[in-house]
Amino acid sequence: MADENARSAVIWKDALVAADLIAVDPAGLGGVILRAGPGPVRDAWLARLRAGLPKGAPVLRAPTDVGDGELLGGLDLSATLSSGRTVAQRGLLARSHGGVLIVAMAERLAQTPAAHIAAAVDAGEIVAERDGLTICSEARLAVIAIDEGLEDDDRPPAALRERTAFQLDLRGLTHRDLGMQGGDQPRPDITAARSRLASIITPDSLIEVLCTTCAALGVGSARAPLLALKAARAAAALAGRDVISDEDSALAARLVIAPRALHLPPAQAPDDEQADAEPGTPEPEQPPEDQDSDQSPPDQPDDDKGDVRTLDDTVLEAALAALPPGLLAQLQVNAQRLRAGQTGKVGEAQNTVKRGRPIGARRGDPRSGVRLDLLHTLRAAAPWQRLRKRTIAEDIARPSLEIRRDDFRIKRFRDRKQTTTIFLVDASGSAALERLGEAKGAVELLLADCYIRRDEVALIAFRGVGADILLPPTRSLHRAKKELAALPGGGGTPLAAGIMAAGLLADEVRRKGRTPTLVLITDGRANVTREGLGGRAQAQDEAGIAARSIRAQGLRTLLVDNSNRPEPRAGQLADDMGALYLPLPRANSQMISNAVRASAPAAQAVRR
Amino acid sequence: MARPFPFTAIVGQEEMKNALLVAAVDPTLGGVLIFGDRGTGKSTAVRALAQLLPEMKAVEGCPYHCDPTRTAGACQKCSGDNKAKIASHMIPVPVVDLPLGATEDRVVGALDIERALAHGEKAFEPGLLARAHRGFLYIDEVNLLEDHLVDLLLDVAASGENVVEREGLSVRHPARFVLVGSGNPEEGELRPQLLDRFGLSVDVKTPTDIAMRVEAVKRRDAFDRDPAAFAAAFAADEERLRKKITAAKKLVPTIDVEDETRRRVAELCVALGTDGLRGELTLLRAARSVAALEKAHTATMTHVKAIAMPALRHRLRRNPLDEVGSGVRIERALIEVMG
Repeated sequence: MADENARSAVIWKDALVAADLIAVDPAGLGGVILRAGPGPVRDAWLARLRAGLPKGAPVLRAPTDVGDGELLGGLDLSATLSSGRTVAQRGLLARSHGGVLIVAMAERLAQTPAAHIAAAVDAGEIVAERDGLTICSEARLAVIAIDEGLEDDDRPPAALRERTAFQLDLRGLTHRDLGMQGGDQPRPDITAARSRLASIITPDSLIEVLCTTCAALGVGSARAPLLALKAARAAAALAGRDVISDEDSALAARLVIAPRALHLPPAQAPDDEQADAEPGTPEPEQPPEDQDSDQSPPDQPDDDKGDVRTLDDTVLEAALAALPPGLLAQLQVNAQRLRAGQTGKVGEAQNTVKRGRPIGARRGDPRSGVRLDLLHTLRAAAPWQRLRKRTIAEDIARPSLEIRRDDFRIKRFRDRKQTTTIFLVDASGSAALERLGEAKGAVELLLADCYIRRDEVALIAFRGVGADILLPPTRSLHRAKKELAALPGGGGTPLAAGIMAAGLLADEVRRKGRTPTLVLITDGRANVTREGLGGRAQAQDEAGIAARSIRAQGLRTLLVDNSNRPEPRAGQLADDMGALYLPLPRANSQMISNAVRASAPAAQAVRR
Repeated sequence: MARPFPFTAIVGQEEMKNALLVAAVDPTLGGVLIFGDRGTGKSTAVRALAQLLPEMKAVEGCPYHCDPTRTAGACQKCSGDNKAKIASHMIPVPVVDLPLGATEDRVVGALDIERALAHGEKAFEPGLLARAHRGFLYIDEVNLLEDHLVDLLLDVAASGENVVEREGLSVRHPARFVLVGSGNPEEGELRPQLLDRFGLSVDVKTPTDIAMRVEAVKRRDAFDRDPAAFAAAFAADEERLRKKITAAKKLVPTIDVEDETRRRVAELCVALGTDGLRGELTLLRAARSVAALEKAHTATMTHVKAIAMPALRHRLRRNPLDEVGSGVRIERALIEVMG
């Protein structure tokens, strides 16, 4: 309990420091990802930030569904119509110049507005072409992206996380934690710090230390050390120093670099580190176990290690100390996200005109089943009214508003792509007949799931000398069941051919604008090559290669091992494919079905 | 406008810088696609290139800044017969940003709203494509660009002409520009049709060398603190590079390629199995620009080698059984062909 309190105190203290640093140099530090639900803690933090900002500095809020027009500015329609000349309206970004822009529920922010905000943070100005206007104005600001996401993979867009100096997590704090800091301590003089900022001297070695720290923690972007440097400089200014001290750089490493860590420095085994990090966190002043004393095996090849050692380790240690408990899980999430690339667990996003989240309007014909955007249509028609009235013959009764086909604007939406699940079933002799029966049963259950989700399914079986697509992608549950029932077993195992067929089909599915998922049911033992010849060793090699190509495709895959006892070869194959591995000796259908469902819960969540 | 970071101050990323220079020397190459991690200086490099380009001559008052020396491919007004009267002036090469949220009417041009409202007049207001004519069109996060804009761009890039038929307007004007796109592949793939449009394609990676990263951060920090002083420190370098580009642009049409080199380039493309002839043509042309930048008179295999990677990387057919990246395949093929 006491530990918990101490931890909260440290988090809150750091959060307040971050708020002050941003107040000192909002545009330089870019802002903060603030992970916190609504409540007194978040309000207190925002109040602290606001108090530090220069007098009259704007503090604006952008809703999560903020449109381009609101962000960038554009035509002020009512003013334009009433005055008869183009009147521009300044957007949120331009109006936040010199202050901060708070983005609520940033975890739901779409990529386009995120890209606009990111561009403004990068350039300190916005340049846009909208509504017949060229918008160009200064926009030096900090973004406060409030992240209310519950899940770890439900985070604000990477474009924002990349450009904000800090990532604070205040979820664990309550209003009781607030009293411990704040009131009793004198507030630093932020105005004085701001004026001192330009004259702070940067020691030569500092940038090197920050870069090395980034490299040791797997942080690739050049923005990280740059932001850390600016944070250290602001910290020095805040403390009234003329030169950035070690303390400042340690603080910067802890607040800026640590949250971006992808892996631990190579000198330490991950297991030791987890043990260190948990008790180590409450006491950032006290570095975790001295790194120099823990010997790493000399045969471990690593380029960075030498550099890390020779340099001043306090910065790295500060960063390490700030790594939260449950660090390994977080690192895995970070790394997975990196590896997985765009193939998340949900279907990929695509633009459509029929359903999903609205993302603006475009010109089009509303008769073809799409939805008319009335406001944009009127807006498009408005400038023409005087001209059109003139061309109409006098004797025809005039409508008060003339709208023509050109004016029609239709709504556009962003929707998740539909998923196609490809079942790849080992129907060879090695997967003896009873287990083939189990596999069939499992696929049938999954088919029912897919039917509920309106997913498509496809079925490929491999046996004998090659693979056959028994069922091209379809929604017909009936056909799928029929094909499945008729599937014979026996013969050799052309695993490579099966995997390749699945890979090709997945490509085809993707080209049709759907997201493929692969479920492979096999024991991982191959004995027929792609040419249809016997030869266990070569067949196994080929299967490995084919599996790695599946991984290269970034295909979401589940491998169900249905051998008698978990096969190392199947595990290896799953590794090669980057697949989720499910060893199910004597797999029963219900188990496979449950496993698949558990591995793709999002697919259900998305389809509302 | 904020002052951009000087091109010559960019640390490392030689392939990207090289590709951009080659594209600047020969605008007909098809532009550059820069794909890579965050924080590797993609946008910085493109914006830096803008201020490096030598000025060009243009017809005064022409919204499409047509070339006064050539009537072919000029807009309707400039290609008329009254050539003698045309006044011209020097203007900077336009580098136009196509921001992600740009509306279609702003890209292709649209009705001039002000005149329509005030005078009830139908007038065409040229869009981004008109502004980018004879210059560069830069799309950051090109992989996030909306599909209907991509279609539009493909159309214009293929024909070199922007045809506007909307809102009762009927306008066509030349729009030939160098397409420069950048993006982060993690956020989405590029449509194959658009990928194919790009002449050169560059992958940028985070430098692994600490010293290089330190230098990059140092320079950026110095720039952020005092842009004017920083730019002044690199002014001489910038001028030198500008002259080099100007000279190379003049030299490019005169550069020879020996038949032996052509044969080897063909062999290279056959070995790599690139689709169509575009790869070969682009590679040869790019090699000429490389030679011109080096003030050589003949493009040799050395020049080919210097630009083979960006010219071919995105044209290889993906072999599902081949795990090695396209970079390695090109390197291997180069070694084979060079003997």
